[in-house]
Amino acid sequence: MNPYYILDTMAISAGVHKSFDCTDCHNSEYKTYPHKSDLKLQPLSTCLDCHGGDASFAKYKFEEIEKEFKKSVHFKVYGEYFNCSKCHSQHTYVATARNSTNVLDIVDYNNKMCLSCHNDMKKYKLVSGHANPKLVVIHDWLPNQELHFRHVRCIECHTEVRDSLMVSHNILSKDHASKKCAECHSANSKLKASLYKYQNLQKRTEKGTISSLLTNSSYTIGTHQSPLLKLLSILIFLAVLSGIIIHSIFRIIKKKK
Amino acid sequence: MGTSEKIYFYPLWLRIWHAFNALGILTLIITGISMQSSFETAIIGFNTVVNLHNIAGILVFISYLLFFTGNLVTGNGKYYLMKIKGFFKNLTKQGTYYAWGMFHGQKSPFPLSEKRKFNPLQKISYLLVMYFAVPIVIITGIALLFPEIIIDQTWGLSGVFLTAILHSTMGFLISIFLIIHLYIASVGKSPLDNYKAIISGWHHL
Repeated sequence: MNPYYILDTMAISAGVHKSFDCTDCHNSEYKTYPHKSDLKLQPLSTCLDCHGGDASFAKYKFEEIEKEFKKSVHFKVYGEYFNCSKCHSQHTYVATARNSTNVLDIVDYNNKMCLSCHNDMKKYKLVSGHANPKLVVIHDWLPNQELHFRHVRCIECHTEVRDSLMVSHNILSKDHASKKCAECHSANSKLKASLYKYQNLQKRTEKGTISSLLTNSSYTIGTHQSPLLKLLSILIFLAVLSGIIIHSIFRIIKKKK
Repeated sequence: MGTSEKIYFYPLWLRIWHAFNALGILTLIITGISMQSSFETAIIGFNTVVNLHNIAGILVFISYLLFFTGNLVTGNGKYYLMKIKGFFKNLTKQGTYYAWGMFHGQKSPFPLSEKRKFNPLQKISYLLVMYFAVPIVIITGIALLFPEIIIDQTWGLSGVFLTAILHSTMGFLISIFLIIHLYIASVGKSPLDNYKAIISGWHHL
């Protein structure tokens, strides 16, 4: 049997739609098993059919996500055929970025969405019609590649940051991906507006650790210094400098006498 | 001051090592500060700065190995030895001289000679820098060159983050040392005398 047709019931019961019956979305004929093969060809409701224009989902901003997605390379190249479920499985989706306390979990979950096609020859070719480029090879220029892949999401470089959305959905074509180290490794790091913008996440991680004292985001060279140490170093530097200036003034006065 | 009152303090190999090390450390400090502040539009780009920092770091590591083994093998190490007896008293004596004595015509409490190249304050600061701060900065620096070898999480914090904090803290202390080192060097026979000495090798007493 086609493995893609078998659903992991454990994963469903952990997902956002766990309280649903299959037939809430699918035709009632799905109650018979095995399902008739032509059932799969029946059109299904789209995400927006339920989530759009509903005040209880307003905070998720589905309409804005839709608008952003329509600018993305996925929509531009594949059109309506490329829908939400290509990345977000309706059966098993978990809102990790909103609920996880661990940045690495968010990164891992998010990247797996991309990798499920971009690192899968069959699925990638089914959608795009050509072979998938080798990720390790095309990211060859990126220093510490493995570390980057584990600690930041693909979308950090491959989307345009949009402040009003939790997760930017405008996935850019590869020519527009950011390739400048300083966009993240700077005081004005892009990551602050993307991966680390989940303030609730920061609050969650602060609990019971010394991280709140030292830092509240993850490591990007330097910039990510703890504010406490930064202040301390400026004070020490100024103290040393004034010491030297005072000492020199005394030496000059003494010499003139 | 006569020409007889000078000693050949710094042999050629030492001066070359000192200059090489100084250039390396200066490069590291400048590129280090540049990375810390991560100017997005730097004169030389971030990538170049990182590469420069890595190369200079490896060179200073080699230079440190020369220093370390050199001090073990040759007699140069003896200038760093400190007496336990009167340890703090001697430090205070030298400190008081810099803060008070030298303005009141007092003689240096530890005049330099063939046998004594450094006063107690010099010794303690050189020891702390060369046998504490520099080794830590080298070890953490090597770890950051190969970040995959660093433990992922400790005390709820990223291991890379802690290593980087330690690295930059030590780097900062070394920079502070450098500033004081350069300033104190101007307290000599004449303000420029000690700078000339580390170039020519001859120290005026």
